[in-house]
Amino acid sequence: MKKFIKMMALTAAAIGMSAGAAVAEPLKVGFLYLTTPGDHGWTYAHELARQEVQAHFGDKVETTFVENVPEGPDAERVVRELARQGNQVIFGTSFGYMDPMLKVSKDFPDVKFEHITGYKRSGNMATGNIRFYEGRYVQGIVAGMMTKTNKIGYIAPFPIPEAYQGLNAFAIGMREANPNAEIMVIWANTWADPVKEADAAKVLVAQGADVMAQHTDTPAMLQTAEKAGIHGFGQASDMKEFAPNAQLFSSVNNWAPYYIEKIEQVLDGSWSTGDGPNHWAGNTWKGMADGYLELTTFENMPANVKAAAEAAAAKVKGGHNIFTGPIKDNKGNVVIKAGDALDDGRLWSDVFFYAEGIQGEMPG
Amino acid sequence: MYEELILTVLMTSVPLVYAAIGELVVERSGVLNLGVEGMMLMGAVAAFGVAMISGSLFLGVLAGALAGMLTASLFGILVLGFATNQVATGLALTIFGTGLSGLVGAPLIGKAIEGLPQISLPVLSDLPVVGKLVFSHDLVAYGSVVVVVTVAYFLKRTRAGLVLRAIGDNHDSAHALGYPVLGVRFAAVLFGGMMAGIGGAYLPLMLTPHWAEGMTAGRGWIALALVVFASWMPWRVLVGALIFGGITIMQLAGQAEGWTIPSQFLSMLPYLATIIVLVLISGNREFALANSPACLGRAFHAGK
Repeated sequence: MKKFIKMMALTAAAIGMSAGAAVAEPLKVGFLYLTTPGDHGWTYAHELARQEVQAHFGDKVETTFVENVPEGPDAERVVRELARQGNQVIFGTSFGYMDPMLKVSKDFPDVKFEHITGYKRSGNMATGNIRFYEGRYVQGIVAGMMTKTNKIGYIAPFPIPEAYQGLNAFAIGMREANPNAEIMVIWANTWADPVKEADAAKVLVAQGADVMAQHTDTPAMLQTAEKAGIHGFGQASDMKEFAPNAQLFSSVNNWAPYYIEKIEQVLDGSWSTGDGPNHWAGNTWKGMADGYLELTTFENMPANVKAAAEAAAAKVKGGHNIFTGPIKDNKGNVVIKAGDALDDGRLWSDVFFYAEGIQGEMPG
Repeated sequence: MYEELILTVLMTSVPLVYAAIGELVVERSGVLNLGVEGMMLMGAVAAFGVAMISGSLFLGVLAGALAGMLTASLFGILVLGFATNQVATGLALTIFGTGLSGLVGAPLIGKAIEGLPQISLPVLSDLPVVGKLVFSHDLVAYGSVVVVVTVAYFLKRTRAGLVLRAIGDNHDSAHALGYPVLGVRFAAVLFGGMMAGIGGAYLPLMLTPHWAEGMTAGRGWIALALVVFASWMPWRVLVGALIFGGITIMQLAGQAEGWTIPSQFLSMLPYLATIIVLVLISGNREFALANSPACLGRAFHAGK
């Protein structure tokens, strides 16, 4: 209902086209946004990256975006429309666009589809993602060292693989730093509802948490932490403004290198999803080492914690696999054996457990 | 711990109380305004913007109230002046308010302000348990109770309240008696807008001091449900809002405590409760009709 299509027709391109035939047609690239960049989180990061894409390629590329695209059947209509308008590359920036995009991709075999955070691929649909969990591992280490009550609050979004990767990486880091700390998890069942997130944070504070982490998008949790005089981590973009004394650091998503790399591949004709099982070659999944995930300055923590955080970040950048066994779940069962480590495929299928240190039962 | 949880429940209920009590008065006058969500959002964005620029939270709340009233006046002009369909106009108002608040709120993204200064009553707020629960809130929170009491008194005990109810129950008779049907309804709509605006203002000023697009996240609709839940009785709005807030916080606290009930089930409990109450109310016809305004949602034409 409230979606308006914004055409980012480039003046440069328009002038170029009217000037004559010598200028090549720009490559048209479409983006689907779940909300508007006004979320100051997830979509905001995508919008920043889109602007960088435009600046990087100039008049070689013409980008279009559609805001407020609901996940589900409505998304299919928008994807189809973008394809019909002649967009040769379409980036869908939310998990729920997966099936609609896959469906449309079959009807437009010449269009390249890039779905973010999903796992379904085809000959012309690739996937891209950031290793968010790497930042959460560092957060876990810092949280474990910072906590005095040994109670850490964690606001999770929906029980999907990505959320489990993050939660478990956080728990693994936390237990490496502090084997006595426990995590209280609240599944908010939303990506962005500031009031609910603030309520969840207040509840966690009431229950004794003195460090909080979030996988939801708004700064509400950090503001609550600031008010309560405790600490927390920002999500998706730097949230220091909202909580100058509470934010330890934020994990910031940087999609620009991914977009630029993929568009360059399309321009030079090397874009491919491979033809192996599930087109695994079409998956781009990078993290801190490649600048896809950036950590803001470590603040509001003693020097020894900061040193540990820097060491952990360096270790991750150096290729350390966080999900290296032995790893136990919170009932003491070994879920990843000693000498075993989760590869990229298993990170999507074998992460459905509560690692040691997480309280309670997994949601059904 | 329980004190803090109860405090959270109270705070999370405040915007619901405001929005619902405003809508209750509107509906009692015979007008159905489904635009509560839109008016709350307009109130929220105006309150945040003004509070940020002026540095005064009082001015922020005032701006929220005015923005809610302005938005409501648009609805009033269409529905009362042009006798448009109330359901369609109300829905349009929500869509309009969502869009416009997003547009004017764009420059406010990423900014933060401090919460309202709390008035803690010196001796009283130091009392054990009761002190913290009853006497440690912000002014706007106390205001919500005052408004409910005033509305209850107004509807039940004053002549003007009686006229308003008469217009809601039978606008033709009220008109025949010489009461200004459209004028009273317009005033009720403005009051509803003002309350929704204050309720909206509470979100970015008190609950979570930043502006985010669509930050009411459906609370306007909950307020509408609360009016029915309360069977158009002011006091029950207060009770309903507390139950609603209580269940919301309980499901969050339950998760942190490690309850094994699926959070999705707990999330739907408040809505389930509303449906059950609706079923119970409509099962008892006399009770259902006792307070429900008979002319609710019907356009008034003076000529007929």
